[in-house]
Amino acid sequence: MSGGVDSAVAAARAAEAGHEVTGVHLALSANPQSFRTGARGCCTIEDSRDARRAADVIGIPFYVWDLAERFREDVVDDFVAEYEAGRTPNPCLRCNEKIKFAALLDKALALGFDAVCTGHYATVVLGDDGTRELHRASDMAKDQSYVLGVLDEKQLAHAMFPLGDTLTTKDEIRAEAERRGLAVAKKPDSHDICFIADGDTQGFLASRLGKAEGDIVDEAGTKVGTHEGAYGFTVGQRKGLRIGHPAADGKPRYVLDISPVNNTVTVGPVEALDVTALTAIKPRWCGTAPEGPGRYTAQLRAHGGETEVTAALVDGQLTVTFAEPVRGVAPGQAIVLYDGTRVVGSATIATTTRRTTQPTPA
Amino acid sequence: MAYLDHAATTPMLPEAIEAMTAHLAVTGNASSLHAPGRRARRTVEEGRETLAAALGARPSEVVLTSGGTEADNLAVKGLYWARRDADPRRTRVLASPVEHHAVLDAVDWLATHEGADVEYLPVDRYGRVHPEALREAIARDPGSVALATVMWANNEIGTVMPVRGLADAAAEFGVPLHADAVQAVGQVPVDFAASGLAAMTVSSHKIGGPYGIGALLLGREYTPVPVLHGGGQERHVRSGTLDVPAVAAFAVAARLATERREEFAREVGALRDGLVTAVRAVVPDAILGGDPDERLPANAHFTFPGCEGDSLLLLLDAAGIACSTGSACTAGIAQPSHVLLATGTDPDLARGTLRFSLGHTSTEEDVKAVAEAIGPAVERARTAGLS
Repeated sequence: MSGGVDSAVAAARAAEAGHEVTGVHLALSANPQSFRTGARGCCTIEDSRDARRAADVIGIPFYVWDLAERFREDVVDDFVAEYEAGRTPNPCLRCNEKIKFAALLDKALALGFDAVCTGHYATVVLGDDGTRELHRASDMAKDQSYVLGVLDEKQLAHAMFPLGDTLTTKDEIRAEAERRGLAVAKKPDSHDICFIADGDTQGFLASRLGKAEGDIVDEAGTKVGTHEGAYGFTVGQRKGLRIGHPAADGKPRYVLDISPVNNTVTVGPVEALDVTALTAIKPRWCGTAPEGPGRYTAQLRAHGGETEVTAALVDGQLTVTFAEPVRGVAPGQAIVLYDGTRVVGSATIATTTRRTTQPTPA
Repeated sequence: MAYLDHAATTPMLPEAIEAMTAHLAVTGNASSLHAPGRRARRTVEEGRETLAAALGARPSEVVLTSGGTEADNLAVKGLYWARRDADPRRTRVLASPVEHHAVLDAVDWLATHEGADVEYLPVDRYGRVHPEALREAIARDPGSVALATVMWANNEIGTVMPVRGLADAAAEFGVPLHADAVQAVGQVPVDFAASGLAAMTVSSHKIGGPYGIGALLLGREYTPVPVLHGGGQERHVRSGTLDVPAVAAFAVAARLATERREEFAREVGALRDGLVTAVRAVVPDAILGGDPDERLPANAHFTFPGCEGDSLLLLLDAAGIACSTGSACTAGIAQPSHVLLATGTDPDLARGTLRFSLGHTSTEEDVKAVAEAIGPAVERARTAGLS
């Protein structure tokens, strides 16, 4: 229970359904800041108090579990290392994989609990062969199966998402919370990375990795500007490049490539971002791994749309070809494959193949 | 439900509830001069006399406060300020490292904000401060000591301190000694006059009285600088309108706790011994905390190797048993107990503690419930480990 409205309603629904529910708030920061302004997910005393208050109203026991050390090792350090390597990680996925449905689940199972229940919008259904399948939430607009795409079958067997089958809107969830007497009903949603209190990812990375000035170059290798650390960029980024003079063609330039080895950021026109294929590593399957190439829909970002792909497992690595070129694909992000609404599996994007663009005449 | 957390708070005695409710509907500010005021004052002063008699003090030595925490703060900060103001060399504060946070954090605050030199006194493996250790610490430079503070009995592990010996050691140098006696009243003989203490903290809701009231027993020769300034009530040491119904009920609870102390110690002590035997029979490697003999009769403190105290608490709670890990929380996050760390316990081991504290409503059934639940709980908590 993060202290937000979704997990509070999820807990209330689970308790109402007759489960013996115990609320757990994860303490993920070794030094929780006491009264952060606004709602920024977890880690604060205020959020922990909100969660406790909700648990008291629902009438369930409530505990705070300190997983700060595991979180730092598995999520925060990984986040920094990925950026340092020029990739763009999704820490929420990592947290679900390593913390909520690993460290937390393991402890819960040992203590005699059966499942971890969260306020994610996704659905677990029992497949024809008796295995658990992860599906998109009934309401595609709120679906969060993307950040759960890293869960394997064992993890899914102990997962419960009471909000997944809801066709209600977020306003209706808030109304339900209100009806249940939960004070978090009006609490704003959290969108930021929970361990970056002020939402300033660049500042956070700079404080961890220091400044490392380097060149910004165009596709031809010509220097067009400087930066204070290649890790501060994401493929597809347009803002914050601070290139003084416009490109020859007058069009905006985007980050095409980040090379941590020579601390260089390459920029170019938007067309150069078009990706036709990619490879992805560390695949995780929600069930048995697919054999041979197959046609799927893929999602590449937490709030991204669906795109048609052909995917195949080659030497433990996923090779994906897009039916239509897609833009803004950054190494480090997760690709989640779907068969209809069912999550097939996920992998971490390692390399991308760009559609060849004609160099702009000099 | 087996309630075994009486050291956190114990049910109000019916007699105290009666006294409290009888006064709730009566109007009167004990500081007012008119008839309703006089009536309220009479209730307060009779309550004060009862409290004084129960605790071996003079009525004028009873300074009513909002509870134990306030009394501790008043004693520690107030005496420090007063003694330092009288002689600026007096900046040393001697404290046991096993104090309740109401003392410990007040002492820390003096160090960070008021230039106090805090020295923690050595304790033995049971958390006891020996008079010789206090004597030695003061003797190093007697003129620089503002005050010493050592609790009468420890709230976590139940060890009872040699208060008289400590007070004698302090008296040799004219140093005021304060003791937090919140856990001691009603369990071991507590007599303020006989103790030789300069100041002593007591709390109402730990002995069957209402929440929100306590007292600092304060020798007449001491005038601490107030923490709360205002109307000048309570010897000008603690301002604030008195809670008349609470004073009346607190007095009744203190009187009964003292009258029934021997019987309580005998009967609850026997239940406690049964609980210790039962737990050790099921979990042979459970370590009993605190002094095996010089301890509170209602306290049973255990360390379960390989367990997280929080896990045990969760499992016992689910089994209908209310107890405590004994240690304080920071944002709800379990920390190894500072008391156990002070006694030299390994930090990992110090995380696996449980405190069962019995009280006037405890029964054989409560003990039986623990005997049945503790084995499976420890087994599961060990599987969950020290994550």
